[in-house]
Amino acid sequence: MKIIRASIIGFGSVGQGVAQVLLQKKEEIQKKGFDLKVVAVADSRSAAIDEKGLDLEKVLKSKKENGRVGPETLSGLEVIRNVEHEVVIETTPTDIETGGVGLDNMLTAFEKGMDVVTSNKGPLALKYGELAETARKNNAKFRFEATVGGAMPAINLIRDTIAGNSIISIEGVLNGTCNYILTRMMEEHASYEQMLAESQELGIAETDPTYDVEGIDAACKLVILANYVFGMKATYHDVDVKGITSITPEALSLAQSEGYVIKQIGEVKDGCIQTSPRLVPESHPLAVGGTLNVVSVQTDLAGTVTSTGRGAGSIETASAILSDIISIYRED
Amino acid sequence: MRVSMDIELKDTPGQLLCALTPISELRGNLKSIVHHHEERTPRGTIPVQLVFEAEPDNLDAIIDKLKKNGIGISRVDEKRLIEEGAVILIGHIVHTDIQDTIDSIDRTGYAEVVDISLSMPHINTTSSASLKICAVGIKELHEAISILKNVAKKKDLLVVEPIRAEFS
Ligand SMILES: NC(=O)c1ccc[n+]([C@@H]2O[C@H](COP(=O)([O-])OP(=O)(O)OC[C@H]3O[C@@H](n4cnc5c(N)ncnc54)[C@H](OP(=O)(O)O)[C@@H]3O)[C@@H](O)[C@H]2O)c1
Repeated sequence: MKIIRASIIGFGSVGQGVAQVLLQKKEEIQKKGFDLKVVAVADSRSAAIDEKGLDLEKVLKSKKENGRVGPETLSGLEVIRNVEHEVVIETTPTDIETGGVGLDNMLTAFEKGMDVVTSNKGPLALKYGELAETARKNNAKFRFEATVGGAMPAINLIRDTIAGNSIISIEGVLNGTCNYILTRMMEEHASYEQMLAESQELGIAETDPTYDVEGIDAACKLVILANYVFGMKATYHDVDVKGITSITPEALSLAQSEGYVIKQIGEVKDGCIQTSPRLVPESHPLAVGGTLNVVSVQTDLAGTVTSTGRGAGSIETASAILSDIISIYRED
Repeated sequence: MRVSMDIELKDTPGQLLCALTPISELRGNLKSIVHHHEERTPRGTIPVQLVFEAEPDNLDAIIDKLKKNGIGISRVDEKRLIEEGAVILIGHIVHTDIQDTIDSIDRTGYAEVVDISLSMPHINTTSSASLKICAVGIKELHEAISILKNVAKKKDLLVVEPIRAEFS
């Protein structure tokens, strides 16, 4: 059987989720006609390397017990440069100011002809054109379903399932934290501050919720969609962004009495990218509750196609990464 | 604007065409015709109900042409503001001159604020309002909402408008 060697660069919530999923889905992957062998894992301070294939169980245990993935001190970038493998699973933190280490990791991998599967939005929201071009030049594959809405199919839905359609516009709910806060404010008739606190307690919102509640995270996802689907050369600076911080419980009640809910909606249409709170009819497919994400694609042949699912979470995001890996190497 | 009209046709061939040509000539857009073939008015004519959209400026000319063609007109109803949309405003709505905000739409001549509900939980905290806007057409409704957004921007108010699908 064909053996694909992989590295996992970044071993936090998503990286560890990938390791768990690979352990759990070994047989399913083999049924697709290949064997995936993780030869290196790196976090910010350490690395584990074994050319014969790492015992992921052991790496997970080591990370849990002493905060390190292994004994080596190679950086993620050095792993990509020096360890022979075919695919880099890039799950380092999103940095939308510079692209962060993720940008270097991805470019270096492509230059070496390696494929990249990632959940890291930063590099794509800033430098999609350069990344896609470098991948193309080096005959490398680039897959990033997990960057837009976690487990919710969006990129691959458009690339494969409705291939051949012209896409007219895309709109959706692309941030689970905003959606949770707005849903709960409506249910409890509570203030934004109260429901932000609740979602922080539940681990849905981060300690610094700025990226989510100000609409920046959704803006990055919209940019990725706009660049991939419409060939735009946008960065997240091109997005017209309004967040949810000034939404009041009274506004939600007023909307409700007109038959609407308020959702943080992102939209790409006619070359414009924007995200802001919008009125959505209560029974509309975009009116999903809780932390769910949803994306609605308007096409010429299929009409409107809507996909919904969990936008974040360790295993959910790993699911999107797994499906990307399978889509590259499957032979069934 | 949308016009609904009751007309009466003589019971001879070609009459319906005499009624419809003036409307299409003046760029009216026919929405429906109800033709009561078996019915007769006391005058022996055939009653027909028409609904069409036309530029307000052209309505008088359409009526003149119909009369010239010998068509009887028993009722004309104009509904000028046919599109309706709701928006939510959030911010210091009252302190920033709510009348002026409403006027910015009413002044257009093609759209009006027909209903407003205001919710002010406390003095000095932000208030929320829902506005119902009516306009002569879908394009004008969009136009009115973007005027409102411009005014709101200057007054630091947030406008929450319906998603696009709502309008198509
Ligand atoms: N969490 C989700 O549900 C979700 C969903 C969709 C997309 N994403 C994206 O996926 C990526 C990972 O998210 P996460 O939640 O797993 O983040 P996380 O828990 O903060 O994990 C980040 C990992 O990257 C490692 N790292 C930091 N700098 C590094 C470097 N220079 N070289 C190698 N590794 C480095 C960290 O190392 P240490 O362990 O040593 O600190 C950590 O293991 C982010 O870009 C995020 O935006 C996350």
